[in-house]
Amino acid sequence: MTAGAWARWRGNRMAVVSGAVFVVVAAACFVGPAIAAALGIDATAIDTELGASPPGAAHWLGTDTLGRDLLVRVMIGGRIAILIAAGTTAIAVAIGVSYGAIAAYAGGAVDGAMMRVVDALYGFPTLVLVMVVMAVTGTRSLFALFALIGAISWLTMARITRGQVLALRRREFVDAARALGASPARILTRHVLPNAAGPVIVYATLALPQVMVTEALLSFLGLGVQAPLASWGTLVTEGSTQIVVYPWLLVGPGLVMAVAILSLNFIGDGIRDALAGTERGRHRAIRAPQGRSR
Amino acid sequence: MIRFLVGRLLASVAIVFAVATASFLLLHAAPGGPFDTDERRSPAVARAMEDRYGLHQPLWQQYGRAMAQLARGDLGASMKHDVSVARLIAEHGPISALLGALALAVALVIGATLGAIAAWRRNTWIDALVMAGALIGVSIPAFVLGPLLIAAFALDLGWLPPARVDGARSLILPAITLGGVYLGTIARLTRGGLIDVLDQDFVRTARAKGVPERRVVGRHALRVGITPVVTYLGPATAALISGSFVVEKIFQIPGLGTYFLTSVTERDYPVVTGVFVCYAALLVVLNLAVDVAYGILDPRMREGLP
Repeated sequence: MTAGAWARWRGNRMAVVSGAVFVVVAAACFVGPAIAAALGIDATAIDTELGASPPGAAHWLGTDTLGRDLLVRVMIGGRIAILIAAGTTAIAVAIGVSYGAIAAYAGGAVDGAMMRVVDALYGFPTLVLVMVVMAVTGTRSLFALFALIGAISWLTMARITRGQVLALRRREFVDAARALGASPARILTRHVLPNAAGPVIVYATLALPQVMVTEALLSFLGLGVQAPLASWGTLVTEGSTQIVVYPWLLVGPGLVMAVAILSLNFIGDGIRDALAGTERGRHRAIRAPQGRSR
Repeated sequence: MIRFLVGRLLASVAIVFAVATASFLLLHAAPGGPFDTDERRSPAVARAMEDRYGLHQPLWQQYGRAMAQLARGDLGASMKHDVSVARLIAEHGPISALLGALALAVALVIGATLGAIAAWRRNTWIDALVMAGALIGVSIPAFVLGPLLIAAFALDLGWLPPARVDGARSLILPAITLGGVYLGTIARLTRGGLIDVLDQDFVRTARAKGVPERRVVGRHALRVGITPVVTYLGPATAALISGSFVVEKIFQIPGLGTYFLTSVTERDYPVVTGVFVCYAALLVVLNLAVDVAYGILDPRMREGLP
């Protein structure tokens, strides 16, 4: 990100506030349970006497039906949700960027065939495919969850990277590198891809919340994170079944999850606008000024 | 145009068969068979059951049989319940289709309207409000929104039934839950598409002719500016299908999604493949329709068609 883009991002109040909110939520998820443990709140301690109690001074988000502190459970669930989202997005970026870059660099029929595959998958219920795989293989491992969600989330990334590489590979500095005898792999990794990083960062940020929802959705359907572990998806699932009697079991986790997703969306939008600012500025300079602006 | 359509149609058939092949291989590569249960069964009974479904044949023979069946339009029969897959789809499909159509209608009408208003009043507080609202809407997953809507409108206020199907009224909350997720995306796409178009020459011409601003936005510009939304309809329907699993679970609607989930956990091979192929066919047809819709919406696209 250039200095100009960074300044523009900081000028976007919603993005900055969201950034702060997300950092706080993430930090709370990772250190919160340890602090709670130091204060004598054990998230695994079952207190059936207490049962489900509404939010109060002792338990800020209340307790679940087994008397466990919901806030600590939300923090532990957030840990898994954030880790899965980050790991999965990394997988999606890795697949998407290499796929898109190879397609664009190969060009011609190879490019055409590779992008038709992406087109076909785009209109395809890939999540259904994940459900089928999860169900028939009976796998419930976290790693499989990472890999499967990552394997369906790379399509947009591939399109973006391809577009960038197509535009970049005609530039003079690429010709210069080729003239100097650099191999295609070196040209791609050292000269082309670093210049395509901006849009990739934007879509990686915007992919995070989507992946988070996908994980929660699978957990909601009973195919995601399994029992001793908890994610926001499983907590919301528990809560939604108790909505009549213990509404706070849904409202607490649901709200935290929505806030995390919303702040990630705002951050991503902010980065996109900040980077687009440079582009748009260039276009404005080239195109005749459009007198009308509303 | 006709050559283009025929080409796409052939490609669509190929995609459906590819999907069928993939799901066939997947199910057979998976550990565990459809008749694995805890109950004891004599070898003879097990043999008879495997014979009936041809499970002892080599894989390629099973595959050939399955594809020949599919080519005849026969989706096979459930291994767990005495019912054909076609019948299951015919019985439970319509309610899911109705729910999906309602949800899409909710998302399209409200989303496109909000997006058009935001584009029209671009860079004002109205725009900011609509776009922030759209982002908040996108950020609330269906499985949070659904139970909250039930709690508010069905249990607290008692305006609408909380679950089950007894008439159209019980589909209102599910349709809002399912459509709400796409509403924000559609509003954002409409706004973006319209803003791109509002600067173009034909819009300037319309304004110069003295067409009122509301008509310029609502007619001339919206028709072309809506194309990003049309493009999104393919992925939106795919997402609608995954969303229907959640919504049908929340509202206990006996739709196709519910049966698909059950058959997935029961390892009911023919039902899983049958419904999966049915979903794929639906999406392929829809994507084809989207391509045709382009040409109708934006005359300039017609020449671009190969």
